[in-house]
Amino acid sequence: MIELKHITKVFHTQKGDIEACHDVNLTIHDGEIFGVIGYSGAGKSTLVRIINQLEKQTSGEVIIDGEDISQLSTQALRQKRTKIGMIFQHFNLLWSRTVRKNIELPLEIAGMDKELRKQKAKELIELVGLQGRENAYPSELSGGQKQRVGIARALANDPTILLCDEATSALDPDTTEQILELLKKINRQLGITIVMITHQMEVVQKVCHRIAVMSEGRVVEEGHVKDIFEHPHHTITKRFVRDISNKATNNQLNDDLKAIYPDGILLRLTFDEDIARQPIVSRVIRETNLDISIVSGNLTNTVDSSFGILIINVLGGSQEQYHHIIQVFKDYHVNVEVI
Amino acid sequence: MSEIFNQIDWEAMKVAIEETTYMSIISLLVAVVIGLILGIILYITQDDGLYPNKVINKILDFIINLFRAIPFIILIFIILPLTNLLVGTMLGATAALPALIISSAPFYARMCMIALNEVDKGTIEASKAMGASNIQIITKILFPEAKPALISSITVMGISLVGYTAMAGCIGAGGLGNLAYMYGFARRNMAVMYTATFFVLVIVFIIQGIGDYVVKKVDKR
Ligand SMILES: Nc1ncnc2c1ncn2[C@@H]1O[C@H](COP(=O)(O)OP(=O)(O)O)[C@@H](O)[C@H]1O
Ligand SMILES: [Mg+2]
Repeated sequence: MIELKHITKVFHTQKGDIEACHDVNLTIHDGEIFGVIGYSGAGKSTLVRIINQLEKQTSGEVIIDGEDISQLSTQALRQKRTKIGMIFQHFNLLWSRTVRKNIELPLEIAGMDKELRKQKAKELIELVGLQGRENAYPSELSGGQKQRVGIARALANDPTILLCDEATSALDPDTTEQILELLKKINRQLGITIVMITHQMEVVQKVCHRIAVMSEGRVVEEGHVKDIFEHPHHTITKRFVRDISNKATNNQLNDDLKAIYPDGILLRLTFDEDIARQPIVSRVIRETNLDISIVSGNLTNTVDSSFGILIINVLGGSQEQYHHIIQVFKDYHVNVEVI
Repeated sequence: MSEIFNQIDWEAMKVAIEETTYMSIISLLVAVVIGLILGIILYITQDDGLYPNKVINKILDFIINLFRAIPFIILIFIILPLTNLLVGTMLGATAALPALIISSAPFYARMCMIALNEVDKGTIEASKAMGASNIQIITKILFPEAKPALISSITVMGISLVGYTAMAGCIGAGGLGNLAYMYGFARRNMAVMYTATFFVLVIVFIIQGIGDYVVKKVDKR
């Protein structure tokens, strides 16, 4: 169990003091995946770094399994850290070491002998699905593979806690999905407590049991993911929930539309207020000689402005003509998104 | 053609090549060791370093800048008493070593600090999170990760040392510089001058070649 009690962290900088964390109180139970979500600068990284004491809190206590780890000697703290794995947004692998040697690093640090290290690295490589890439250097790996190495390395000394600081933020959606699946598997199979720091709501939604929402150094909301999703209280939380539901409906809508209009291309056009009243569509039709059918439209007119979104299906052209029509729309200052 | 070659004392040329190689290699080795140690101290005592210490950092920084600022040719004369004390003579290849080392070690210390500072801070952070001690961070992270830069600095320093040996040669340290000056310049023997220059270039290209090859081998980025 990780207990954070009245954690406050103040950075003294030349421009003045920055309070990165303010009286944060959290309890993270054994075996759970706990998310900390917040926008950039909310103090998430600082908080997670306080858990393994890479950063010392200004005041408050960090109690792990009943032990106040901020009171530990340097030696004891290093010992403790071997049992707290950490993965990072930019992976932080050593480019000078192969996959296997990167994974062996924490074992070398812990003083394990060579044969055991080799054996352990082999198991970890299998666990994260990197068989066949043992001797590759990080520069030869994709982002997702690098993070797999990061995860294997973090698990080398059989930690009970895994800290993830924006572990999927540098990855594309598909890879993010795979890494999240892997983390879930690790949580289930090994019973490791995972603390996930992220600014992506999809991430906490997919894997976390409970979450805390951070804003300006404070925890503004905390609870089970489902409850928070259904009844967000704080403005920041509402913003996160709204962003993700917009994204979800858009994705759903796009998929549906593509099924209904399999031919040609689908474009989402966004008109700014000062161009919305011009006959742009008819001009483009004339200029490109392509057929356009309007799928859906939404124009908001007020007395002195108008703003609109138009989804169109362009038919009967070649790939080049489609590129051309997109360019023509752009020349009219229309924002074009290919669905 | 053979007439020109006959003007050259090949035995003296061979000795000169040996002297230049000897001065360059010994001073390079010693300067690298001293520079590396000073460079690490400079690196770890920085404000956000592993052992922050403003006083040591500032003093070392000053000394390093000081010795780098003194032109080599002047340094030779300044440290003559020290040279005499250390090697018992002010003449010959060995007598040139103290000056060569003192002028190049600070340079390597600076290059070393720059190379270490270029190591990704994230990897140091990661190793701390793994429970690494400062010594382990230095030996397992910093050195291996900075290796290409550390080696290419050795190359750069090696080449400038060859240049310095030529200068030292002019004041009696022997070597190709001495040969080129004494016979080539002073006695107007152009064949000796150009041949000596040719061998200096050969040594420089060999150093550059070896350095580039090793860097390419170790750099897995
Ligand atoms: N080492 C530091 N020195 C000074 N200010 C810092 C330091 N680390 C973080 N901060 C500041 O603390 C605040 C929180 O940062 P951080 O914890 O990185 O936020 P997040 O991870 O949520 O984006 C920011 O205003 C940041 O500028
Ligand atoms: Mg952060």
